[in-house]
Amino acid sequence: MAADSAAQTVDLGEQIKGPSALSGDLRRSIQLTIAIARNDFKLRFFGSALGYFWQLMRPMMLFGVLYLMFTVIFPLSDLPAFGVALLLGIVLYTFFAEATGTAVTCVMARENMVRKIHFPRIVIPMAVVLTACFNLALNLVVVFIFAMTAGLRPHWGWLELVPLLAILLVFAAGIAMLLSALYVRYRDVQPIWDVFLQVLFYGSLILIPYETVVSKDYEQIAQILMANPLAAAVEEARHIIVDPSYVTAADALGGAVWLLIPLAIVASTFVLGVRVFQREAPRIAEEL
Amino acid sequence: MKETPARAAAVTVEHVSKRFRTPEEATHTLKERVLHPLHGRGHREFQALRDISFSVREGEFFGIVGRNGSGKSTLLKCLAGIYGVDAGRMYKRGRMSTFIELGVGFNPDLAAWDNVVLNGIMMGLTPAEAKARYRRIIEFAELEDFQELKLKNYSSGMHVRLAFSVAVQVDADILLIDEVLAVGDAAFQQKCFDVFNRMRDEGKTILFVTHDMGAIVRYCHRAMLLEHGDMVAIGSPQDVGDRYLELNFTAQEQMHAEGERAGDGKARIIDAWLADSGGERQTQALQGERCTYHAIVEFYETVANPSLTVAFRNDHGENVFILTTIIEHDRTGTHQAGERLHYAVSFDNILGPGRYEPLLNLAHRGSGHDLIDRWERQSLVVRGSAATGGVVDVEGAWTIDQPTTDHPVGGAV
Repeated sequence: MAADSAAQTVDLGEQIKGPSALSGDLRRSIQLTIAIARNDFKLRFFGSALGYFWQLMRPMMLFGVLYLMFTVIFPLSDLPAFGVALLLGIVLYTFFAEATGTAVTCVMARENMVRKIHFPRIVIPMAVVLTACFNLALNLVVVFIFAMTAGLRPHWGWLELVPLLAILLVFAAGIAMLLSALYVRYRDVQPIWDVFLQVLFYGSLILIPYETVVSKDYEQIAQILMANPLAAAVEEARHIIVDPSYVTAADALGGAVWLLIPLAIVASTFVLGVRVFQREAPRIAEEL
Repeated sequence: MKETPARAAAVTVEHVSKRFRTPEEATHTLKERVLHPLHGRGHREFQALRDISFSVREGEFFGIVGRNGSGKSTLLKCLAGIYGVDAGRMYKRGRMSTFIELGVGFNPDLAAWDNVVLNGIMMGLTPAEAKARYRRIIEFAELEDFQELKLKNYSSGMHVRLAFSVAVQVDADILLIDEVLAVGDAAFQQKCFDVFNRMRDEGKTILFVTHDMGAIVRYCHRAMLLEHGDMVAIGSPQDVGDRYLELNFTAQEQMHAEGERAGDGKARIIDAWLADSGGERQTQALQGERCTYHAIVEFYETVANPSLTVAFRNDHGENVFILTTIIEHDRTGTHQAGERLHYAVSFDNILGPGRYEPLLNLAHRGSGHDLIDRWERQSLVVRGSAATGGVVDVEGAWTIDQPTTDHPVGGAV
């Protein structure tokens, strides 16, 4: 008891705490996230002759092929500027798939860091999401180049894309945290998520747009699919960027109130992701 | 032990305990969980640290020593905040830096700049600080001409140098150092210790984990001994060292009981030690001093004319010199079970400063390869100021004068 009371009167300095998701300093977490993401991004085409040029060229060529394939050779839809709408969908899906798919194994991939040094664990999945953001930005540049060629002209309405992407980012971050924490305990997460991402590609109405599904008298199904936040985001982005004839997410769902469903899914995934990651973070170094 | 700390405690550890739960069988897949829902609960508890309390004053070089699995590295990782503890509290005063492994997060495909900045931030610098110190880091690592190279094209020496200079430039107040750090070549180890000594002189607090008692005696102000997660001794390096040797001794005794000792066991070396000129037992010896090496051999069966050899091996595993009875004392007679012999050999300690492992071989008469027993238990630290850089330091008698005419000076005679 004497020792206890002495400990309270004597200033022993700062208490050493174990590892956690966000150990205290938010600024340090952000700095670290940026530094890791930056290095990851740099690595991608480092060493190839054209270097960063490929960051733009690769999606450019890939999109060129898809554009030709699905608008000229085998047109999927006669909706206005469908090629651009298709690319926009692919780019948003790619972002989501990359961020979450890479996140699954990211903690394991950085095992050495986790076991050897003290830092906020949340940095690892966040850096993955941030790297995916860098790629999204570049891909969007390419999409806008295609949009220009297709005759679309930028207007202030395009700025609505910013909050939309922010919501998508929160969704991806939530899932990234959830999966990376679960994977440490359950290795099954990886194959499950791989399959799920495939399903999500079709479930997000990227190749076959909402309008086509509705025109085939599957309005009910299309409406249900719109509860998927990714599908809603893609549809809304098409409305904003490509042409107003693509319905808004609200209309597709059958009213603005229904928007609450995808939004609630995003919010609850994020909260769940943070919770699970926080719970697992202190023991990650031991469980690996 | 009553302590009146002249300076405040830099690190305080109060009643810290740490358990590891290792699953009986690794149940890593959902299917296994579903099929064996009860099995999943089966954990084996392993108490890595049990109620550890100590404090380290500012400016102290504090050693944590213990055998493999004693919990010393776990304690370091708890202090570093890599593991959470199950009970107790830990406090620190000042910026803490961990030298558990160098170059954590280094990416072989990136150049020095990217790696230094990331590693610096990981070790606690802000991005601005890391960038500002880049030049100094590269200079310290002597890598000015290789900055453009990817890390994978670095030699391992360059790699370690870069990582070490980042760690050094973090300028923390408290350093946690794991012995694995000192895995480089001898020259690099020396450089590490030079830096640590400099930091100690600058008044930084250093916690150093090792199983090498010699390093503890050489560098630490104070030390603590862990065994099976318990703190069994704390105090002067010498006291802790004695306790450590005692522990190792009992552990080896147990090993003998299990029959793992080399030789046929017809006799045993039951004790061996170095004595200084005053006849006192020592684990350290002064360079140039007259020393005596003693060994007690007990016979369990009849053995005729055994030989005893004492080899002094340095850190590189080379026998620096060997003292043996084979050449001049090969006939000691026939010894019966129960008999004891006391061997003593005196010599001038020509060993250069450093750490040595005396290895004793008791063998049947002949080449010395037909072993009866082997003894290797205690390292010997040689201290001295007159290191010439040679493996041994021999006292030479010089005469320096003008050459006389009958010395042929150059050319053919």
